[in-house]
Amino acid sequence: MIVCSAVGKRYPGGLTALDGVSCEIKAGEMVFVTGHSGAGKSTLVKLIAAIDRPTSGSIVVNGQNLSALRGSALPYLRRNFGLVFQDQKLLFDRSALENVLLPLAITGTPIGDATRRAQAALDKVGLLDRAKANPIALSGGEQQRLAIARAVVNRPAILIADEPSANLDSDSAAEIFAIFRAFHQVGVTVIIATHDPLWSESPDGRALHLAHGRLLT
Amino acid sequence: MSAWINQHRAALRDALRRLASSPLNTLLSLFVIGIALTLPAAGWLLIDNAQNAASSAAGTQQISLFMALDADKKALAEIESRLKLEMADRWRFVSREEAIKHMEATAGMGELIASLPKNPLPDAFIVEPLDVAPAAMEKLAANFREWPRVEHVQLDSGWVKRFDALLRIGRLGVGMLAAVFAMALVVVTFNTIRLQILAHATEIEVARLIGATDAWIRRPFTYFGALQGGLGGLFSALLLAIGSSLLAEPVSELAVLYGASFGLQGPSAGLTGLLTGAGATLGWLGAQISVSLSLRQHR
Repeated sequence: MIVCSAVGKRYPGGLTALDGVSCEIKAGEMVFVTGHSGAGKSTLVKLIAAIDRPTSGSIVVNGQNLSALRGSALPYLRRNFGLVFQDQKLLFDRSALENVLLPLAITGTPIGDATRRAQAALDKVGLLDRAKANPIALSGGEQQRLAIARAVVNRPAILIADEPSANLDSDSAAEIFAIFRAFHQVGVTVIIATHDPLWSESPDGRALHLAHGRLLT
Repeated sequence: MSAWINQHRAALRDALRRLASSPLNTLLSLFVIGIALTLPAAGWLLIDNAQNAASSAAGTQQISLFMALDADKKALAEIESRLKLEMADRWRFVSREEAIKHMEATAGMGELIASLPKNPLPDAFIVEPLDVAPAAMEKLAANFREWPRVEHVQLDSGWVKRFDALLRIGRLGVGMLAAVFAMALVVVTFNTIRLQILAHATEIEVARLIGATDAWIRRPFTYFGALQGGLGGLFSALLLAIGSSLLAEPVSELAVLYGASFGLQGPSAGLTGLLTGAGATLGWLGAQISVSLSLRQHR
């Protein structure tokens, strides 16, 4: 489903974030990208999600080479992904429900259908009773769960999360992990960048260890 | 297809919500746009009314053909047959006897006419052409001058020509004014939308990351620009209607003093539609430029 071949990323100024990373992620897998701070975890998931472009090598998602993709095709590719960001990127000018509605508005889903699906997504992460709340009024763990609800409302085939348990206490982190696992169990490909060893030692997942931009196997 | 309609409906709803969410800003923008459109539209209305007044004062436009004093019946018949051929029935004959009787009847002229040894007036033909455009009239008159035994062709269009030239300058001025204010309208919308984009920066960033196309991001802003411009256009039509209804009475009083029947016309449905359409188009354009520029910057 996702094939990285000798992927390198060098930032302007000479910092090499990734160097010759090759890996394959199959459909339905749960993969943890781990490593020390600055090892290139975030960079790798950003490249896979087509948020950034590699400076060398290629990434192929669902048979599409991301480097060869035209800018106008990018939005449609992104709709295959559910993205959970490190800083969540929630919109504080609207309710939790309206945050989850955004991806459906982008695809032009009729409002009635969209509302039902958004409520189902909120239910899945245990936030249905907070649907009308502004995200600012939610706790850190709740905000992260809201971000997950927004990521999965379009039923993406690939769920990508960048440090989803950063800034969370261990109880909230465990809740979040259980949610990702549930999606993995229903067949969603899950890719999580994390520094939390508890996650990467999970038996149903596979770990990709990065150190200084290189893959350790 | 239905997804596309849903997206447009959502964008329109979004734009309306943004208009309603800051009524003071909206009102101020409508004022600026309305006034910017009112000035050239008022000029246009003025010229339109001046033209109406002129044509009602001028009555029907005529060309007079005066025959030579010694022109005989045969010469008259010749001209008659030519006029029949070229002007159909849009002409009449005024004999020299008729003309002098008409003059005698005019106050103060009777004694003068009586003192004359013989009738000094020629036979004449009065032509009322269909096409009263100055150039056409001039051409016709030149044609008549070539005819045999026609002594003098009088075309009373000198002042019409002058007035026409004046109106043309006026129209040109109004056109230039309109161009300048159209640019102002585009710039005003550009700026409003730029500020809105700044306010919605996070939303745009998130929407992009989760698969929004540029068109989707642009849509609520262009709808906003078009709505704001269109409403501004309606507002300017309202200003014009108020202005011309205030002026209507003094103008018709003035017209009565000049013995003319002339009423000031307010903005027609056509002009109202034109203003609304122009406002909407220009607003859309300003928004389009603004969003495209900032989307390119933040790629």
